[in-house]
Amino acid sequence: MRFSGRVFKFGDNIDTDVIIPARYLVHTDQKILASHCMEPIDKEFSKKVKPGDIIVAGTNFGCGSSREHAPIAILGLGIPVVIAKSFARIFYRNAFNKGLILLESDVYDHVQEGDEIFVDAKEGLIRTKDRELRSKPIPPFMIELVQSGGLLNYLRKKLEREGGLG
Amino acid sequence: MGMTITEKILAYHSGKKYVEPGEIIEAKIDLALANDITAPLSIEEFEKVKAEKVFDPDKIVFVLDHFTPNKDVQAAENCQKVKEFARRLGIRNVYDGGVCGIEHALLPELGLVMPGDVVIGADSHTCTYGALGAFATGVGSTDLTFGMVTGRLWFKVPETIRFVCHGKWRKWVTGKDLILHIIGMIGVDGALYSAMEFVGDAIYELSMDSRFSVANMSVEAGAKNGIFHVDDVTLNYLKDKTKRGFKIFGSDPDANYKEVIHLDVGKIGLQVACPHLPSNVKDVEELTNISLDQVVIGSCTNGRLEDLKIAAEIMKGKKIPYGLRCIIIPATPGIYLEALKKGYVQVFLEAGCVISPPTCGPCLGGHMGVLAKNERALATTNRNFIGRMGHPESEVYLSGPAVAAASAIMGRIAHPEEVS
Repeated sequence: MRFSGRVFKFGDNIDTDVIIPARYLVHTDQKILASHCMEPIDKEFSKKVKPGDIIVAGTNFGCGSSREHAPIAILGLGIPVVIAKSFARIFYRNAFNKGLILLESDVYDHVQEGDEIFVDAKEGLIRTKDRELRSKPIPPFMIELVQSGGLLNYLRKKLEREGGLG
Repeated sequence: MGMTITEKILAYHSGKKYVEPGEIIEAKIDLALANDITAPLSIEEFEKVKAEKVFDPDKIVFVLDHFTPNKDVQAAENCQKVKEFARRLGIRNVYDGGVCGIEHALLPELGLVMPGDVVIGADSHTCTYGALGAFATGVGSTDLTFGMVTGRLWFKVPETIRFVCHGKWRKWVTGKDLILHIIGMIGVDGALYSAMEFVGDAIYELSMDSRFSVANMSVEAGAKNGIFHVDDVTLNYLKDKTKRGFKIFGSDPDANYKEVIHLDVGKIGLQVACPHLPSNVKDVEELTNISLDQVVIGSCTNGRLEDLKIAAEIMKGKKIPYGLRCIIIPATPGIYLEALKKGYVQVFLEAGCVISPPTCGPCLGGHMGVLAKNERALATTNRNFIGRMGHPESEVYLSGPAVAAASAIMGRIAHPEEVS
């Protein structure tokens, strides 16, 4: 769970309608969803961003709807981790369920767009060009979930054990 | 130490005597819900894990309400996929076509949610059912798949913020004004990860329709759930709807709260949330000369009979000015029929409104009233984020039904006293 990449900065209350507008929710294809990620506030985002880049945001990232298309779109761009001051709760569950790592930290106040940062998610360590920051630890329960390959892998194993139905 | 109503419901459903905030539990689910946007993803996940059955076909509900009547080929194919899946798995609670309503108005009307239930829905406004004294919360499609297969889901027990409401309601003020006022006060993350519990004399005075509006928008303050206690108003509402037994829970006097907030509802006027956050709330009197291109009265927040009644009272004998679209969306076929019988539909048609079949449609910029660049709408819906109702450079203001109806007549944001 170590990443390094360029920072793309977003402010407070980035909602799921911004992450992926509802008119695209007729699609479930990850590539199509990714190509419209953040479109209402930055039309060029999906073209500028490269796999491995990192989203850094303010408070309440992912507020709004329960659409899982939001973490799917972010992951579809190859973004492995979002670091925000806080996250909306449904988005938080959805992201970990899909394998998108979320870290709570105020790194937003200490980086510029385009900065290279290093992240050790498990240790909760974020290194910018001039400082080292600590994120809130990911709850042990969520780490367990990620390490077992997400909620559905856990379910798959359970079903294999129990033969078709939990 | 006592427990709150939310803690008690979660304890009961996880087979525990006591739970406390922060604890991770696995709770039994009474109902799992998805719609035409979230069910297709959930079905893909279901197929990926090679599950063969759902835990109980009668406890799964699919409401095809967002992009229906199907707005395009992809929407139609999504609905087709959901219906095929339901048929294969023996899920009978599938609502489409003439029996479809907006999920959070439809399920209580059909008696599918009871007090004390744990309900998960792949829709953030699932928290609406808290009005009935249930624990109801929005989840994503993956969590929903887990719930559909196993009949259980993990939860972190939330802390609770208690809102004690007293005082006398002012004329025209409804539950929507209360919840907008609260969101304006605590912010869009003011109740993040928490339960919002609404109690007090003034709450007892609130109709079920208004309570649904309040619980519905608790997610707009970041809450996990919003919840009310069961009282005579609830029991009266449930009288002809109960199909199964239910258990009534209530907060203990010595329950522990993250915060207790006292509110005098007599001080709450008609509220409007300005672009682009539900917390950007002002009194309607402060908003003079905000012209409008569209008014929407409907949604899971305010498409119920009380809302249509208020709107009809204000619009009776009046005309919508040229150039403004006013779209009325009764939230369910049942509400539509009642509105027809009571003459509201005629009032709306004579005023020059468009009446849409029950759908979420314009609320999320889906169809049936999408905004162009630079257009401005006032809606009784729940979100006014950037581009929510259409073009990223359009604007949405949020209000209750009285302000919406008055504004539709005036062609600008207006107080109902200006037209009556």
